Amino acid sequence: MEEIIDKLEQTLLSVNHIASNEILRSVENNFSPIELIEKLIVPAMNRIGDGWEKGTVALSQVYMSGKFIENWVDKILPPGHPQRTDQPQMAIAVLEDYHMLGKRIVYSLLRASGFELKDYGHVTVKKVIKQIQEDKIQILLISTLMLHSALKVKELKEEISKAGISTKIVVGGAPFRFDEELWQEVGADAMAFNANDSIKIIHKLVEGKK
Amino acid sequence: MTQATMTSLQRVLTTLEHNEPDRVPFFLLLSMHGAKELNLSIKEYFSKAENVVEGQLRLREKYKHDNIYTFFYTGIEIEAMGGSVIFSKNEPPNTGTPIIRDINQIKNLQYISVKNSPDLNKVLQTTEQLKIKVGDDAPIIGVVMSPFSLPVMQLGFSTYIELMFEQAELFNHLMKINEAFCIDWANAQLEAGATAIVYFDPVSSPTIIPKEKFIETGFEIGKRMISKINGPVAIHHASGISIPIADELSEMGAGIIGASTNEDISDLKNTFKNKLTVLGNLNAVEMRRWSPKTTEDKVKEVIQKAGKGGGFVLADNHGEIPWQVPHEVLMAISNAVHKWGKYPLVQ
Repeated sequence: MEEIIDKLEQTLLSVNHIASNEILRSVENNFSPIELIEKLIVPAMNRIGDGWEKGTVALSQVYMSGKFIENWVDKILPPGHPQRTDQPQMAIAVLEDYHMLGKRIVYSLLRASGFELKDYGHVTVKKVIKQIQEDKIQILLISTLMLHSALKVKELKEEISKAGISTKIVVGGAPFRFDEELWQEVGADAMAFNANDSIKIIHKLVEGKK
Repeated sequence: MTQATMTSLQRVLTTLEHNEPDRVPFFLLLSMHGAKELNLSIKEYFSKAENVVEGQLRLREKYKHDNIYTFFYTGIEIEAMGGSVIFSKNEPPNTGTPIIRDINQIKNLQYISVKNSPDLNKVLQTTEQLKIKVGDDAPIIGVVMSPFSLPVMQLGFSTYIELMFEQAELFNHLMKINEAFCIDWANAQLEAGATAIVYFDPVSSPTIIPKEKFIETGFEIGKRMISKINGPVAIHHASGISIPIADELSEMGAGIIGASTNEDISDLKNTFKNKLTVLGNLNAVEMRRWSPKTTEDKVKEVIQKAGKGGGFVLADNHGEIPWQVPHEVLMAISNAVHKWGKYPLVQ
């Protein structure tokens, strides 16, 4: 299995989607969809995430890998599949910013890992408060690139408190990576250093609620 | 000339020759802070060249830094292309939705004129007026977004990455259009009086694309651009790392490299020694909450690690100091450079 994970990682990093597809096709009949995700896809994506964290993998490689894998997982575990349902109600958004790449990466990785979540796109504080109430969102992920967008989380958190909503806010992105105290300053419930980290945090938040 | 009488320009030129001037030069890459000086909203401030001229002069008078910065805001090039920039009260301008909604629109893109853009002309007027006021006392630093990084705003980041990896023909056409614009824009600023151009190219950083991709794309484009820009160029990755592509960066024809706070300044200095002057690398996000004492410690540390022998300009790591960084921190940076940056450096 290690050898297949290695090959998948390498073909994903070189953006060779034909080769990645061949590797996945060669083993898909040996596993259930969830097993394939857990035993092959998640370990390969974790290695890519670790490489990003160490500076040996570039953001574009993380993005292209996530996009390919998300599409592939959608084929074996389509949206609405019963094995996707037992999840916390989640959504992801960017706050008063048009930089969508980080959001797209986290969204793809979470979906590729079997989670289901709503993509709110670009939102204002007012709009997202309404959305999370309507959708009964338990965990809201906010992806940021610009500092002012990161600082907006404080206003969001205050509005959430005023409205008496229990939604947890998980933040991530460049401003939080460059200033590791910023997530606490803006009152977020957690900060994810990268897309893989967001999965660990979601598991922790879910465990904490049980 | 004794070392104590150096002008900012002389100081910067000396360090660019990898020699020690009278003290470490420092750039405060301030754009929006001029609005605070004039008590104007950011939108009002950037509505007239005269405001930016006055703002830049007042900032330099206050903080005694070694540069003038004619950068207005990210997205001004997009305005010239018909896109929008959103101004909000007391917040930095933000680029609107990408101007190219469908990648097939790229086929029909035409040459983008610098002369016909009121926004770019405002920058040129600012540069001309500042040159008259500043003369040869301090370098006037202009800015272009590289042809290779501009599509992040033209298309959106994710669409651009897909285009780069999957649509070679459209990618090449977009580069052709952007390259012609970038050269005209850089040279227009130099003609107006800019001393040097910062070539912002974050997408070329190994933070964003792998080295192999950079060598076939951003590296070749950058070499072409820098050879056609009629003045000194600083390459800046806007917080992105540089060391894994140091050999290529050193070959591109620039004089300065903007350094990320994610790389050790000693490593950067050693890597680019006698090849490129290192500009950096104070953490622009974190400095928002630094105390004067923390600021002094950070400045002292960077100077002691990178100052020896010249080839170093102290600055932030991003190429633009955030709007939220307060006066006290900027003053503490200035005080610390004047205290700890005198050559020969005290270890």
